[in-house]
Amino acid sequence: MTRTLRALPTLLKIGIAEAIAYRAEMLVWVLSTTMPFVMWVMWSAVAQVSPVVGQSGRAYGSAAFSAYFLCTFMVRQIVASWASWEMNFEVRQGTLAMRLLRPIHPVISYAMGHLAALPLRFAVATPVAVALVLTAAAELPHDPRIWALWVPCMVGAWLVAFFSNIAVGTLCFFMESSLKVMEVWLACLMVFSGYLIPLDLFPPALRVVAELLPFRYQIGLPVEVMTGRYAFAEAARLVAIQWAWAAGLIVLSFALWRTGVKRFQAYGG
Amino acid sequence: MGRYLTLLTLQLRTSALLAAQYRWDFLIDGCISLVWAATAIAPLLIVYAGRSSQAIPGWSMNEALVVTGWFILLQAILDGAINPGLAAVVDHIRKGTLDFVLLKPADAQFLVSTSRFQLWRIVSVGTGVAVFAVAFHRLGRWPSLLGVAQALLLLCVATMVLYSMWILIVSTAFYVVKVDNLTYMFSSIFDAARWPSSVFRGLLKLVFTFVIPLALMTTYPAEALLGRLEPVTLLYALLASAGFATASRTVWLLSLRRYSSAGG
Repeated sequence: MTRTLRALPTLLKIGIAEAIAYRAEMLVWVLSTTMPFVMWVMWSAVAQVSPVVGQSGRAYGSAAFSAYFLCTFMVRQIVASWASWEMNFEVRQGTLAMRLLRPIHPVISYAMGHLAALPLRFAVATPVAVALVLTAAAELPHDPRIWALWVPCMVGAWLVAFFSNIAVGTLCFFMESSLKVMEVWLACLMVFSGYLIPLDLFPPALRVVAELLPFRYQIGLPVEVMTGRYAFAEAARLVAIQWAWAAGLIVLSFALWRTGVKRFQAYGG
Repeated sequence: MGRYLTLLTLQLRTSALLAAQYRWDFLIDGCISLVWAATAIAPLLIVYAGRSSQAIPGWSMNEALVVTGWFILLQAILDGAINPGLAAVVDHIRKGTLDFVLLKPADAQFLVSTSRFQLWRIVSVGTGVAVFAVAFHRLGRWPSLLGVAQALLLLCVATMVLYSMWILIVSTAFYVVKVDNLTYMFSSIFDAARWPSSVFRGLLKLVFTFVIPLALMTTYPAEALLGRLEPVTLLYALLASAGFATASRTVWLLSLRRYSSAGG
């Protein structure tokens, strides 16, 4: 345990050096997340005709939509996870063997790789945050407690995103490749997380489904907290559920990893 | 010309053999295609749920559905016929294996473009056509023969433009080497084509009409099927595709000169 902790700063340093070396690739990834802007354009065109009234009775005008989708873009940058692609690639190429040789749990080393990308991703999110404050400050909550809660909410969102990726990734130990599973997961994420459509605008039946699934805790919840959709008590309750999901996914990931890695044969390599 | 036709048949046969080998992919790709179609349609359903017929200016729900149908159809062409071959080019350039393509006694652009097809993506073409059928059934009328002819012509034009834009993007790989994810970037630009172009205003409208002609790819064909496309637009679309094709061919040939292989 202490050995792992001592290795963390070095791992982070390597990760950051890698992220800087491949900055062009990273920039392309960032430019690929245009979806929030695409949705924003459509929803504002709709809102210009007449404001859209959500389930909660609160109306979404153009300003509310710009706040929502700018926040979605930022949250998406920070909670991005690509662990399942990394795992599938390494299992197929056999290079996972290299990770297994290191005296540190591979899941931790994947996590460090992700965390190391955060400084660059924050740098991308910052101008969007400035734009948000300049254009839609009125839509943001003024209660400092909400902003204090937003930090654990972001951490929880990152945990849900990362460990759901690991969980789907470990499935490639049991089947040849879990990339198609990930694609289905991704499509569900888009619909049920509030990435395309604010959850508040869902028809009641679908909304119930969305609230039972883990997806909304990855993107929708932090965005809703940022745009002041909830009072403090309600937000705290939802963050608690989010952390319960995160804990469940962590346990599941490590359990799947432990049974799955025994089947790993390092073919290819 | 005949030689290239033979080559194309050969390349297609290889892809068909590959597709036949992974028969289960047919089922899985079919399911995934349905899920992605659902993500394209869900926002429309919610936008129009319980609202007046025109949430998006100038487009009723069913008319907007026709645009979505084109989006699904073109995405199938993009993922099935255009992406796979050209994504391989980026890899060839990085590893230096483009040498082997260049050595062959046929046009390199032709060889890389036809090198691989994802034939199971045909399922998505079916999904797109099904969306058309539902939309027109709910509209209570069917497209005219002229409309269908115009739409088919625009389909060719749109494919040409998509392909040319892909060639332009791939050409940048000759300059900036490590960019395997360009595929995703292009698909994400194409994502904006899922709405009728009237949602875009101001600068974006200009960009998506003239610079990256997304309107030409989904909105115009939909208008053609709905029988309200102006003939002038068709002429503009033909000119645009010719322009894009020439530009992409020129850029490809220029970029190819920069290729210097890589340490074997």
